[in-house]
Amino acid sequence: MKIFNKVILLSFFLSLFSVVYSASSVEKKSNDYLPALNDITDSKSLQRGARNFFNYCAGCHSLKYVRYNQMAKDIGISEEQLNSYLIFTGAAPQDVISMNMLEEDGNRWFGKAPPDLSMITRVNSNTYVYNFLRSFYPDKDSPTGVNNKVKDGTSMPNILWVLQDEMDKKEFDSFVLDIVNFLDYAGEPIKAKRKSLGIWVISFLFIFLILSFALYKDIWKEVK
Amino acid sequence: MPSDNKQEVYFSNPMLKWVDERFPLSKVLREHATEYYASKNFNIWYIFGVLSTVVLVLMLLTGIFLTMNYKPSAAEAFNSVEYIMRSVEYGWLMRYMHSTGASFFFIVLYLHMFRGMLYGSYKNPRELIWLLGMMLYFCLMAEAFLGYILPWGNMSYWAAQVIVNLFGTIPFIGDTLVEWIRGDYYISDITLNRFFALHVIAVPLAILGLVFAHIVALHHIGSNNPDGIEIKDNKDAQGKPIDGVAFHPFHTSKDLVWITIFLILYFGAVFFAPEMGGLFLEVDNFEPANPLKTPEHIVPSWYFTPYYAILRSIPDSLLGFIALVSAVLCFVFLPWLDKCKVKSIRYRGWQYKVALAIFVISFVSLGYLGMQPSSGIYLILARLFTVVYFSFFLLMPFYTRLEKTKPVPDRVVYKK
Ligand code: HEC
Ligand code: HEM
Repeated sequence: MKIFNKVILLSFFLSLFSVVYSASSVEKKSNDYLPALNDITDSKSLQRGARNFFNYCAGCHSLKYVRYNQMAKDIGISEEQLNSYLIFTGAAPQDVISMNMLEEDGNRWFGKAPPDLSMITRVNSNTYVYNFLRSFYPDKDSPTGVNNKVKDGTSMPNILWVLQDEMDKKEFDSFVLDIVNFLDYAGEPIKAKRKSLGIWVISFLFIFLILSFALYKDIWKEVK
Repeated sequence: MPSDNKQEVYFSNPMLKWVDERFPLSKVLREHATEYYASKNFNIWYIFGVLSTVVLVLMLLTGIFLTMNYKPSAAEAFNSVEYIMRSVEYGWLMRYMHSTGASFFFIVLYLHMFRGMLYGSYKNPRELIWLLGMMLYFCLMAEAFLGYILPWGNMSYWAAQVIVNLFGTIPFIGDTLVEWIRGDYYISDITLNRFFALHVIAVPLAILGLVFAHIVALHHIGSNNPDGIEIKDNKDAQGKPIDGVAFHPFHTSKDLVWITIFLILYFGAVFFAPEMGGLFLEVDNFEPANPLKTPEHIVPSWYFTPYYAILRSIPDSLLGFIALVSAVLCFVFLPWLDKCKVKSIRYRGWQYKVALAIFVISFVSLGYLGMQPSSGIYLILARLFTVVYFSFFLLMPFYTRLEKTKPVPDRVVYKK
């Protein structure tokens, strides 16, 4: 009845896979809801994303877990570049990326204060943020004059509307994707390094596996 | 077996000899390694005990490094975890090894327990090994729950809320008990502090003691094997079990291969999928605890979801709590519920095989249902599988008596 054991085993793993599969939840889709295919190892994109972030978002949003100088190092820009192109607030390079709006003021001005974005891609997904930024549309009834297809009634104004008009759709999407890539980095600065280190560790383990298997075969030769 | 004249030739190194005269080093090595015999036909199911030990060591080591930078206070806990992830050298690796390790611990443990059910490892004379194992299981559940609270993310907070409140359903003493556990009128900084104390010292100490006892008891009796026969019944002239091979170097060399395979899977998760699509690290926990913001679905970690589904499938909260506790406790009674004398599933009747297969399906399904909203078809299925789950245990004395078993061989089946 060996078959029986195999069936038990199989049913176990099948049910396990179905659980894992369905747990990785499918996000809601509309025809313009696209996955964010950003590449966190692309430092050019990260640099553009940082530039975009500091020019368009940092006035309202902080990155309170990210330090300027660490970020500069990670995305490959020098401290001079950092000081002249990205720090607008007079902050020192070792400071965290904060902004000057108090939470009460934010709440008063916008109805809901702009949240810190250090963890936004981890709480929501890259894809969510990507589509959020691409989904503003004019709405006369809203206090900001715009509404959002992804987050209905959001109090964030459409910061990027000028660009949306100036750029063609492809340019604009890639502009937004760079920001998302940068925020993905900000959510987990170690992400790119984690994966590259992982390849080394796993490769080492595979070599070790061959050696340990040879050792096992050798020692078990005498067992009959 | 160990004799005095052997003791003299065990070590040639003078330093080790010096130690050996003052400490039973060679005796221990002999009794637990080089002359401890276990069946030569162990299959993959026999690796999970060793793997539990490997994960335990990984958890203790990474836990020490996390404790060096973690701050057990409601105001600082979340930030200190992000500090570990971002500013501490290789802090992210310690954290991911620890969080991924928790899930792998339960994967390994469930397979370890399932092995016991396949080959009747809980039966005479190994009941106590099984009971010590069950105590380990309870301790690990407590340990995992406590650890889950420490990052003080929003899911930490609400999970603590839900689980601690379960005790409030107990009549008369419930409310006082809940207050005593929290040390406060609500889940607070004080609660976090005591959970930290329990997580880093109290429960780990209990686990270490229990693992020690678990292994001492095992080595006293000797391991079972996939044929469910006692290798000690067949000894050669020197008193060595014919079907056994020494733990070292035979089992150790084989274990090393499996450990390496395990580490490949484990580090694969650590480096490439530490969140595992929200199963190992839940997204709501990337937001700090917020008593005003209830997560949309409060879901415990995947390894608790079968019991969570059972809890929610019962409309009354006290009865639900009782069902949850009994569902966990059921395993304790297996040695006495199973009336079949034959240990290994290889030689048992169809009744147990069918029952076990159905049980596995219901356990995994409950695990899935525990992650879904408790309503509609999900609720109906959860109720159905809850009934199946308990029937497996409650009806066991009856269907295991009816089994027509096959003849058990005298020697283990071993194909080179
Ligand atoms: C004028 C101030 C302002 C600027 C500039 C701004 N935001 Fe916002 N943002 C807000 C406010 C206010 C909210 C809160 C909206 C809400 O919760 O409805 C918000 C919310 C968000 C959210 C969270 C959405 C959610 O579903 O929770 C994201 C992501 C975001 N902003 C990204 C950006 C990015 C990227 C930029 C730069 C391109 C940017 N914001 C620029 C004010 C601003
Ligand atoms: C920290 C957790 C645990 C550790 C480190 C651990 C370790 C081990 C080790 C090293 C073995 C010998 C190797 C093997 O047979 O796989 C073993 C055997 C055993 N364990 Fe565990 N164990 C743990 C938890 C449990 C639990 C939760 C149970 C069941 C409730 C359990 C039941 C058993 C039984 C019955 C055996 C003997 C099996 C046989 O001989 O067939 N253990 N354990």
